[in-house]
Amino acid sequence: MAVRKPPITTREYWAPGHAACAGCGCAAALKLATKAFSEAMEEKYGDPNAFAIAQATGCMEVVSAVFPYTAWKAPWVHVAFENAAAAASGVEAAWKKLGRKGKILAIGGDGGTADIGMQALSGMLERRHNVVYLMYDNEAYMNTGIQRSSSTPYGAWTTTSPPGKYSIGEDKPKKWVALIAAAHQVPYVATASIGNPFDFVRKMKKAAKVDGPAFVQVHCTCPTGWKSPLEKGVEIARLAIETGVWPLFEIENGDFHNIKIQPPGGGAKVTREGGRIVAIEFKKPIEEYLKPQGRFKHLFKKPEAIDELREQIKAMWKVLGVDVTLPKPEE
Amino acid sequence: MAESPFKADIERVQKEYSEKMTPGAIAYIPGSSVVNKTGSWRVFMPEFNRDKCTRCFLCYIYCPEPAIYLDEEGYPVFDYDYCKGCGICANECPVDAITMVRETK
Repeated sequence: MAVRKPPITTREYWAPGHAACAGCGCAAALKLATKAFSEAMEEKYGDPNAFAIAQATGCMEVVSAVFPYTAWKAPWVHVAFENAAAAASGVEAAWKKLGRKGKILAIGGDGGTADIGMQALSGMLERRHNVVYLMYDNEAYMNTGIQRSSSTPYGAWTTTSPPGKYSIGEDKPKKWVALIAAAHQVPYVATASIGNPFDFVRKMKKAAKVDGPAFVQVHCTCPTGWKSPLEKGVEIARLAIETGVWPLFEIENGDFHNIKIQPPGGGAKVTREGGRIVAIEFKKPIEEYLKPQGRFKHLFKKPEAIDELREQIKAMWKVLGVDVTLPKPEE
Repeated sequence: MAESPFKADIERVQKEYSEKMTPGAIAYIPGSSVVNKTGSWRVFMPEFNRDKCTRCFLCYIYCPEPAIYLDEEGYPVFDYDYCKGCGICANECPVDAITMVRETK
């Protein structure tokens, strides 16, 4: 039988035996990210290993580097919660001085990026370091025991935003770090999801190839923190795209008038004007995304909270210049 | 059957780490976590049907471990030493070539 080649390199930079929970979406995201990065480095500099990684404390740091073992097969440094971007800037400056070709990958979770590492990230983007910042967004501090972060979506249960008689769980809207990063007018900013790995790999390669800073925010499932079934990790991430909860967009050079949006699929009707997506009519209600997750279980007793979440999603799409229609589930 | 791409790493870690502690707390062997056989975490085990497989590589792409590598022809090979049995591969397989069965020990 004929040999078939996989769509991505078979080189591994993320070795098995790490301590991530079964079904971890973030582990899959990092595996794909490093593969895509090495492919991009091979195409740009002819050396697949021309990259180094600086990683902030977080789930993926804790599970990958249990002393004296490491799951990384690339030069990797663990730094404190707040300074992955700062450390990556330093490595990049040193590489420049040494005349070494390559690019630095900084990795942080949503807590390490949206809350604690925000200044370092902003500084790195503003100083135009040649670094790709990858934020894996599992929407809470999963490593320390599921505390809320500013990236936690409205209505989600966490241990520090418990729902009850007078509370609906997290009561503030999600902070979109990708939009903040794009406001620095950096060459490339994108959101991706583990639910669409080919799109994620394409964006990661594009980010690795641009000259200057780039920011990629990838949505990945956490079965432990989201209280979702292990095997549905990828399916739930895909439902987030198909129901409109998670937008896939690219912003180049801070040009908010020409945001490239990836059609969500899932039967959604897309209206274009001059090549640009201006309206999306989603066919799947967001309840389909919320239902398999235990962290949103209490919302089904308070339908007005789900309506509020719908309004917030609409408002977020409006920032991207897209009018969306989100259906309600059929009775 | 293709050989595990991590075999050489396991041998190196077992040889070097058993003799001395790493100086300066540096994990100097890349990918040394391969000595942790996480397969013991598993409750359900993926069973692969080679005849149904269309080699779309989706299981290979989605596996978070990665406990799936490819043989010479491009078919997935399941590494039961590391598979934690999450079942993402079986759930995503478009032709149902992977089924999860309860582990018997």
